[in-house]
Amino acid sequence: MTAKIEKVSVIVSKGSLEGIYPALIMANGARAEGIEANLFFTFFGLDAVHKAKHEHIKLATVGNPGLHLATWAGGLPGMSAVMTHYLARRMDELDIPPIPEFVELIADTGAGLYACQASVDLFGLSKEDFVDQVRDIITVGEFYDLAAGGQIIFT
Amino acid sequence: MPTKLYAGTEVTVTDEGFFTDPGQWNEDMAPEIAREAGIGDLSARHWQVIEFMRTEFAEKGSGPTVRALGKTSGVSVKELYQLFPKGPAKLAARIAGIPKPRGCI
Repeated sequence: MTAKIEKVSVIVSKGSLEGIYPALIMANGARAEGIEANLFFTFFGLDAVHKAKHEHIKLATVGNPGLHLATWAGGLPGMSAVMTHYLARRMDELDIPPIPEFVELIADTGAGLYACQASVDLFGLSKEDFVDQVRDIITVGEFYDLAAGGQIIFT
Repeated sequence: MPTKLYAGTEVTVTDEGFFTDPGQWNEDMAPEIAREAGIGDLSARHWQVIEFMRTEFAEKGSGPTVRALGKTSGVSVKELYQLFPKGPAKLAARIAGIPKPRGCI
């Protein structure tokens, strides 16, 4: 035990279930280890903190070879909903919180949650569209200032 | 294995300072471990968490994670981080003389 990570900034750029959970687990795990953590939500990653959308995050069943489903089957109506439901049940059994609860937990650990200015402009959103845990809407430059002196993880 | 002297008794710990044998722990050792872990005097709230860690470990064989602590110890996640800023589950486990909790969430 020589080197120790003191600070991480995790960028969340994807809006799928498998895109969001790893980032949340990394940030929460960092705080559990006493590591300072920030989360920066950009592009479709914003859905994780979007009031109207964060309860409806779905697993990608198309273009996801890891599922080992035939491509045409992944595109069947309702497939994404069924697979998401199945995963949600497994997660519940393992006591992995749903995304809204997880975001709240991470904010309670003292991690900073920020939305990306460019993406907010692009999608025509404002601070009111996000859960209260989002501290601010910041530019990429401000993100680098926040991330200074730590590790940056892009997901 | 490294050894430490707490409350006049020698105990064996891991490289990170966790007790290898929770049976070697007693309450008099907690304030000394806490000081070493960068936490000042232990308040009643600290003790509530430490005792909860001991009970959970005795029942389940492992210490709870921060999420589990927040849900069941009677101390909220926010307060847990105020009490143990450098990682509540980890620090409380160390002070309570039990192994480091291994959960991912």
